[in-house]
Amino acid sequence: MTRLADPPAAPPAAGAAPRPRRGRRSRAGRTLHGGPVAYTLLVLAVLVSAFPFYWTIVAASRSNADLAQVPPALLPGPNLMRNFEAVTEEADIGKALVNSVIVSGSITLGTVLCCTLAGFAFAKLRFRGRGALLAVTVGTMMIPPQLGVIPLFMLIAELQWVNQLQAVILPGLVSAFGVFFMRQYLVQSLPDELIEAARVDGASTARIFWSIVVPIARPGMAVLGLLTFMAAWNDFFWPIVALTSSEPTVQVALRQLGGGYVHDQSVIMAGTLLGTLPVLLVFGLLGRQIVGGIMQGAVKG
Amino acid sequence: MTLTAPARPAPRGDAPPQRRRTARRAWQTVSPYAYIAPFFTLFAAFGLFPLLYTAFVSLYRVELQTPGEMEWRGLGNYTALFGDAFFWTSLRNTFTIGVLSTVPQLVMALGLAHLLNYRLRGRTFLRTAMLLPYATSVAAATLVFAQLFGRDFGLVNYVLGLVGIDPVDWQTGTVASQVAVSTIVVWRWTGYNALIYLAGMQSIPRELYEAAEMDGASRWRQFLHVTLPGLRPTIVFTVVVSTIGATQLFGEPLLFEGSVSGGISHQYQTLGLYLYEQGWGFFHLGRAAAIAWVMFLLIVVLVGTNAALAHRRTRKEARP
Repeated sequence: MTRLADPPAAPPAAGAAPRPRRGRRSRAGRTLHGGPVAYTLLVLAVLVSAFPFYWTIVAASRSNADLAQVPPALLPGPNLMRNFEAVTEEADIGKALVNSVIVSGSITLGTVLCCTLAGFAFAKLRFRGRGALLAVTVGTMMIPPQLGVIPLFMLIAELQWVNQLQAVILPGLVSAFGVFFMRQYLVQSLPDELIEAARVDGASTARIFWSIVVPIARPGMAVLGLLTFMAAWNDFFWPIVALTSSEPTVQVALRQLGGGYVHDQSVIMAGTLLGTLPVLLVFGLLGRQIVGGIMQGAVKG
Repeated sequence: MTLTAPARPAPRGDAPPQRRRTARRAWQTVSPYAYIAPFFTLFAAFGLFPLLYTAFVSLYRVELQTPGEMEWRGLGNYTALFGDAFFWTSLRNTFTIGVLSTVPQLVMALGLAHLLNYRLRGRTFLRTAMLLPYATSVAAATLVFAQLFGRDFGLVNYVLGLVGIDPVDWQTGTVASQVAVSTIVVWRWTGYNALIYLAGMQSIPRELYEAAEMDGASRWRQFLHVTLPGLRPTIVFTVVVSTIGATQLFGEPLLFEGSVSGGISHQYQTLGLYLYEQGWGFFHLGRAAAIAWVMFLLIVVLVGTNAALAHRRTRKEARP
């Protein structure tokens, strides 16, 4: 199974087939076996993907002098803890990690909730202006939020939120992609009959939302949550504008480390390692679901 | 639209009194708005308003220290912009870095997707490993690559030295620094695009390949005549997304050396970084808004060109 996040509405027989599943339709894609050339090239690509991570560990566990050697050191050294300590002196990486957890966690929860609510309304409820509102939402999906960064900053300044976490959290909750994603998910996996049956039984829309929509939407919500968490953790432009080094997220702390005032490369790499570990952890645990989410989003989007 | 909301509850024996039923019906017309309200409130305040207001701000003089004070400037910000040589430098850099990063990225992604589409052992592992760079933040990736591209002690120059190539000054040289910055983008996004292509390839009906095989088409011809046409919408999608991404490139050039000017002679400053330099380096928020507006127009033109090209090719192929 490569796509855990398949909509539950997919025919169950597809999952029982012994053949590896390929795509939405059972007879799609190719089934040619990969030869040695394919494997060699793919392993090479994996090495290129992974090498910078390995190098971060090597560099973070060495001293600056080691890194200035020819030939360079290619194995990890003993200085990891010392460099971690040095990082906390250069940038408040501990606070940055806590802040990033708060910011990314809140953004993830809020986004998933808002997008599931709106996605449900767009998928299954009838109301005036639905088409137009959905069009506006989808239409702005492609516009980079970076373009609105100046008025946003003026707004935040007006509210006296500069250097406060809500300045990053609240704008982070806006995800047009999320609304579209949840709408598509519910259109495909939530049968109209189920809602109609519940209505006949006298259930209110709120009751239907919590007892029928949310359980069915859960796999989609999980994928959206994962993608949102990673995007929020890695977001760069807005946090460095809205926050300062006294109230940093991880990316703000990394910007500070890379700002040219820290000259010990091994310390910079130690900070990079600390800031990347949490996402790598999430990725290690849930990488398959993330892969599935991206491929699914591609087919639907 | 085929999806319609369920009708009101069917009439039942113990029907509520008329008043209650009307109230309920009224609530059913209004309640959908309650579900979209949280999103649209935030969307209006932090999404739509800033985007639209950018055009307005770009006509005013606004300084970072006093963001509440706006002084009418007309098109002054734009004339100042077009009179600044560094604007044109950053516009040119955005183009060249955009091409240097987008083209190799998508071509390699297509190749990788083709390989991943074979029946493979460890398929899940391979896919996940390819996506690893995507999980890394721009900041982290750039700091690592800046180290690898160091002039004196960087690993890249060391490896080049092993094959007899003189050390390259990856920071000062215009072409070299742009190649280095593009490498970071390529590294982060190739795997992601490969998975998108893979998803597209897997939805191409297998019958098409079987038919091509029966006609005696080689694997390469199958790739050209079955896979590529089948992927057309996916390719257009990735080109558009990468183009938009390239237009607003920011973190990589900022952290490559940590300076807002994008190198001592602005040799790899992009529009995104130029915007940041004007707004948060020189405190000219109005000017920065003008840059944002120019970037927006640039995206519209590029995406429009893309769409037009894709449309024309489709039409040309549809003709006998």
